[in-house]
Amino acid sequence: MTSDNTKKQETQNPPDLKHMLGQMLLIRRFEERAAQAYGLRKIGGFLHLYIGQEAVAVGSIAHLDLKRDYVYTAYRDHGHAIACGMDVKKLMAELYGKESGCSRGKGGSMHFFDREKHFMGGNGIVGAHIPLAAGTAMKIKFNKENGVVLCFFGDGAIHQGAFHETLNLAKIWNLPVVFICENNQYGMGTDFRRVSSVDDFSIMGQSYGIPGKQVNGMDVLEVYREVGEAVYRAKEERTPILLEIKTYRYKGHSMSDPAKYRTKEELEEYKNQDPILILKDHLLKEKKLTEDEFQKMDKKIKEQVRAAADFAEESPEPALESLYEDVLV
Amino acid sequence: MALITYREALRQALKEEMHRDKNVILLGEEVAQYNGAYKVSKGLLDEFGEERVIDTPITEEGFTGVAIGAAIAGMRPVVEWMTFNFSIQAMDQVFNNAAKMLYMSGGQVNIPIVFRGPNGPAEYLASQHSQALASVYAHFPGLKVVSPATPYDAKGLLKSAIRDDNPVVFMEAELMYAWEGDVPEEEYLIEIGKADLKKEGDDVSIITFGKPLKIVTEAAEILEKRGIHADILDLRSLRPLDEEAILKTVKKTNRAVIVDESWPVASMASYIGWFISHKAFDFLDAPVELVTSEDVPMPYNHTLELAAQPSVDKIVQAVQKVMYIGEA
Repeated sequence: MTSDNTKKQETQNPPDLKHMLGQMLLIRRFEERAAQAYGLRKIGGFLHLYIGQEAVAVGSIAHLDLKRDYVYTAYRDHGHAIACGMDVKKLMAELYGKESGCSRGKGGSMHFFDREKHFMGGNGIVGAHIPLAAGTAMKIKFNKENGVVLCFFGDGAIHQGAFHETLNLAKIWNLPVVFICENNQYGMGTDFRRVSSVDDFSIMGQSYGIPGKQVNGMDVLEVYREVGEAVYRAKEERTPILLEIKTYRYKGHSMSDPAKYRTKEELEEYKNQDPILILKDHLLKEKKLTEDEFQKMDKKIKEQVRAAADFAEESPEPALESLYEDVLV
Repeated sequence: MALITYREALRQALKEEMHRDKNVILLGEEVAQYNGAYKVSKGLLDEFGEERVIDTPITEEGFTGVAIGAAIAGMRPVVEWMTFNFSIQAMDQVFNNAAKMLYMSGGQVNIPIVFRGPNGPAEYLASQHSQALASVYAHFPGLKVVSPATPYDAKGLLKSAIRDDNPVVFMEAELMYAWEGDVPEEEYLIEIGKADLKKEGDDVSIITFGKPLKIVTEAAEILEKRGIHADILDLRSLRPLDEEAILKTVKKTNRAVIVDESWPVASMASYIGWFISHKAFDFLDAPVELVTSEDVPMPYNHTLELAAQPSVDKIVQAVQKVMYIGEA
């Protein structure tokens, strides 16, 4: 990827760093609250937390115009939904299974959707949404629109047939889609190095003629820069791109996972390069933010999340009649 | 009216709908340059170009999923599976994405798509290439499933399927493509979910769908000669199922035989058998009989493969059984 592209992208779309910091913080506080509600059994089933990975969704989605661009992701989807600008009240209500939730209480944590904001889920089968993202890119190409699709998935998905079949199709049909492998290093409890023929996933596009790059996902500025280039190329050159964004989840795979497969030292090491702290420090150093401003921002976000939890709590259960609704149009 | 083949009827439906709506595209293995493995799409590449008639590599999960993704964003893809046997590779996409996304999204994301191709036993193909999967697809809420048996029904139902805002699984059959039937010159649609009484009689109801309609019709002719007059109810759609039409014929004749070329366990036939027993128990003069494929994978040997499937003779026997008529 050339530095020319970087320049073009950054001039076209200078990053609003404070906004990105606020979004990352909102994701974190939202999920902390959700984990709390899970402990109180307000939320059931699977709850896959994104804490630690916030820079990936926020830095990537910051490039999109969601009137023409689209986002697909897997079941660890809270961060992407928030980065797409979805209302946290509706998200929390969805976790609580309420009618007022973004999916009317029928999707839950793994299936957030917002058709208007082009956030197309929230898919619970590992790798199964990857072809969908390419199909939506096919529509963009067919209608000669100037859009792009970001397709997020984890390191666990990269060995699925759906991934490999889709890469081939996206290349032969020149589809404007950026495949983003969020390598948080563990597919559930399995270290990716134990189950992968390569350690560097960015090369996995090479056999399909698709360019790839590794990106540090703990640094939102790097994510922003690299995804910007990838989005630019995908649109201008009509080519799929593969990015491996290295990241880390602080919590277990889901709420029931104590994450005994890794060391405390490893976890601490990543917490020291926390994406929120990195950006905060950067802004403090550049004198674009004061500690006081940050505290105010955090307080405001905590209130927003508390209001979301109240909204979820107070929302009514869905009517039993809704059971048979939404099966067919 | 014009006498045309089932294949031609499908082609006409595709052509008319592709002219009507530019969002309708056709994709699948060999559909474009090769003109279709069974020539259903013959000439469509020349007429609509490679942007709308798209050859795919042999990646059923991949291209089925890509088509679903295009449908999510507003296109109306028709996916041709070379046969339903290969659709097994794509089932995750159909069942977990196409069938469920509307529900999971609380009604936001509908999928206007058609999955079509030949289903059911053919000849000399052995077990992986010769099987009927209607029951499997019909199992899933969120899909519509149709299985037309005549050129007239095939054309009218395919046009409706393409216009439907839901995912529609459309089942044809290799052996049916050359079958002929009358089709009107003017445009028409057939509503999905409506059965069709193909023949009227008061003595027994034979309920079927898809390719077995032919042997059911032959069996009914033999039975006529023996003085037994059958209603033949062609379901045409499995989802939604025309329950009203099923009850109407059974309440009239008080006897039912269901012919389904799928395996018997957890099949459409067994479901309909339960449905009749449940909803029309007091009208029945005999237990419902099923004629299905034998509960074995399909053998290659022709004698054995014929023995594995429903036949005219098996249908006649089943009708005589529900009428308490012994072997002649």
